[in-house]
Amino acid sequence: MRNGQNGATVPTVAFRNVTKRFGEVVAANGLELEIRSGEFLSFLGPSGCGKTTALRMIAGFEQPSEGDVLIDGTRVNELPAYRRPVNMVFQSYALFPHLNVARNVAYGLLQRSPRPPRTEIDRRVAAMLDLVQLRGFENRRIWEMSGGQQQRVALARALINEPKVLLLDEPLAALDRKLRRDMQIELQNLQRRVGITFILVTHDQEEALSMSDRVCIMRDGGIVQQGTPADLYDRPVNRYVADFVGKSNFFAGTVLTARGGGAVIELDGGGTVTAGRTGEGLSLLPGDAVSVAVRPEQIVLARREDALPAGGAATISARVQNRIFLGEHIEYLLRSETLGEFLTLAPRRSELTERPFEAGEAVFAAFSTEAALVLGSE
Amino acid sequence: MRWYASAIYVFLYLPIALIVIYSFNAGRYAMDWQGFSVEWYFKAFANPFAMKALRTSLVVALWTAVLATIIGTLAALGLERVRGWLRQAFDVLIYVAIMVPGVVIGIATLIAFVTVFEVVNPVIFAVFGDAVPRLSMGLPTVIGAHVLFNLAVVILIVRSRLAGLDRSLIEASEDLYATPLGTFRQVVLPLLAPAILASFLLAFTFSFEDFIIAFFVAGPDSTLPIYIFSSIRRGITPEVNAIGTVVLVVSLTLLIAAQFLLRERGPAKRRGDTA
Ligand SMILES: Nc1ncnc2c1ncn2[C@@H]1O[C@H](COP(=O)(O)OP(=O)(O)OP(=O)(O)O)[C@@H](O)[C@H]1O
Ligand SMILES: [Mg+2]
Repeated sequence: MRNGQNGATVPTVAFRNVTKRFGEVVAANGLELEIRSGEFLSFLGPSGCGKTTALRMIAGFEQPSEGDVLIDGTRVNELPAYRRPVNMVFQSYALFPHLNVARNVAYGLLQRSPRPPRTEIDRRVAAMLDLVQLRGFENRRIWEMSGGQQQRVALARALINEPKVLLLDEPLAALDRKLRRDMQIELQNLQRRVGITFILVTHDQEEALSMSDRVCIMRDGGIVQQGTPADLYDRPVNRYVADFVGKSNFFAGTVLTARGGGAVIELDGGGTVTAGRTGEGLSLLPGDAVSVAVRPEQIVLARREDALPAGGAATISARVQNRIFLGEHIEYLLRSETLGEFLTLAPRRSELTERPFEAGEAVFAAFSTEAALVLGSE
Repeated sequence: MRWYASAIYVFLYLPIALIVIYSFNAGRYAMDWQGFSVEWYFKAFANPFAMKALRTSLVVALWTAVLATIIGTLAALGLERVRGWLRQAFDVLIYVAIMVPGVVIGIATLIAFVTVFEVVNPVIFAVFGDAVPRLSMGLPTVIGAHVLFNLAVVILIVRSRLAGLDRSLIEASEDLYATPLGTFRQVVLPLLAPAILASFLLAFTFSFEDFIIAFFVAGPDSTLPIYIFSSIRRGITPEVNAIGTVVLVVSLTLLIAAQFLLRERGPAKRRGDTA
């Protein structure tokens, strides 16, 4: 995209082929990414995959070994952190222990030159504390605040500067489950209200999927796939993404015939599956080793074979190994002689069964052609 | 506590306790208890020689503490950036400076000063004649020697605090637009302040109560410990005990204050929510 001459919008943040090495370790490997203004984007991936490194290159704490980091279309590789129009919420919050809550929040404003007048600073600190619902805590010391309160101080301290981009490095990791849920909703609301670009780092897939407009799935310093949460869930490009985003069953097999988007797969355990969809960028030839991915909730169960919907991709006879009660849903771990273990997720009150299946019970499982997605075997 | 452990403590602290107790003796001989009195404290504070020694000691301790703290803190900050063999060499030297006995430091600095004076004094004489006094032992040499051995203490204390400093606080400050100098002034220095103050107090104490090193490099002005030493040779009086007790109280107070400053400030007692 060229500097927006023909009205095309310039991305707020962009990575152009960014690589970062720490000695032997490649923490970022040829990252290509454009983040639009006002977007809520997440970096999602397992520990050590380079999420924090990517964030720190935007903040200015690390310089790329190769490639360019752009903010508003300007290359900022050499710009020190204190001159970049972005702010960060640190995983440990990094609140200043020697300053009270109000002075922590005012810190960024006090660095401006010329320094804004006293009354202006007080007014904005008060407004910020209102926003994060911490009015009345101005004179508290940091260690007198709970984890959730500290987290909101850290947010206020960053947002008061009205940055172009807010960077959040696992800001909720230290909170307990209930508080985390509340803060996720608060963060999302906040982002809509202030309209600032948010970039969130997390290894919690639920968090990434529920909060973001777009998610970058990362592995070994590279971006494996980027897209909306629904995109990633419905159209994962490989097993890694399918496994990372939600749960998935994988059945190994070999391509018999491939045509259009679909294929007929001979399963290693025996039997064939007619799969309706193929992972993006994957071209299939007969004889290719592949995996058929099926989401647990797309598998239906019944006590009698004729109770299953007609025209499925496959029918599997199996035995219930284990049953996990999840409130609205029940998760069954099943075992079939031919295909091994697989998971299904059934609503607690399904039309097909009045009472839940018991462990040890013999059942029939089926999924539709559209539910079967062919992916590479690795 | 086992009896022998108690015995060790008695053995260690009994002499000190006796000095404190007998400083309140009404009689004029040190070990002959004649009743309680504080008159020897008034006598000590009225003694012009003792007061002059006290003033000398305070001046020496103050200069030592100021210089050692400033130089030591800067050194600790600088060493933070040094890596590899150079860093190891400095580390070893710092520990050596702390472990070497006072007598050795005393003799070594004495020899060093004398050697330098022997070189410099003829030059001064040749250039200025008798208009400028020659260099000789005096307060500056005592202060110099004291700064030298207190430097190691200051560096160790400040550096351990610096090592415990959360890197992300510095990054947070830079992220919030503070320049490196601004970050140093607003974050690093305030967080180091307790350690700097503590090392100031320790340097002051060590200098104030030092006898051995001062004994070697002092000039005509004696410090308080040297004064005590020379008056003991004329017999131990309750007055000496009183002076000793004053030194003890001052030193202990400063040491406790330093200890208090160096305590880790934990996630202290949280007040209940009031808002
Ligand atoms: N300053 C550094 N020096 C050397 N190696 C580093 C440095 N920072 C990161 N690394 C390495 O780079 C890789 C990516 O690290 P990074 O912190 O970005 O991972 P992450 O995805 O944030 O992991 P986590 O979820 O555990 O926080 C890791 O292998 C890490 O050991
Ligand atoms: Mg990280």
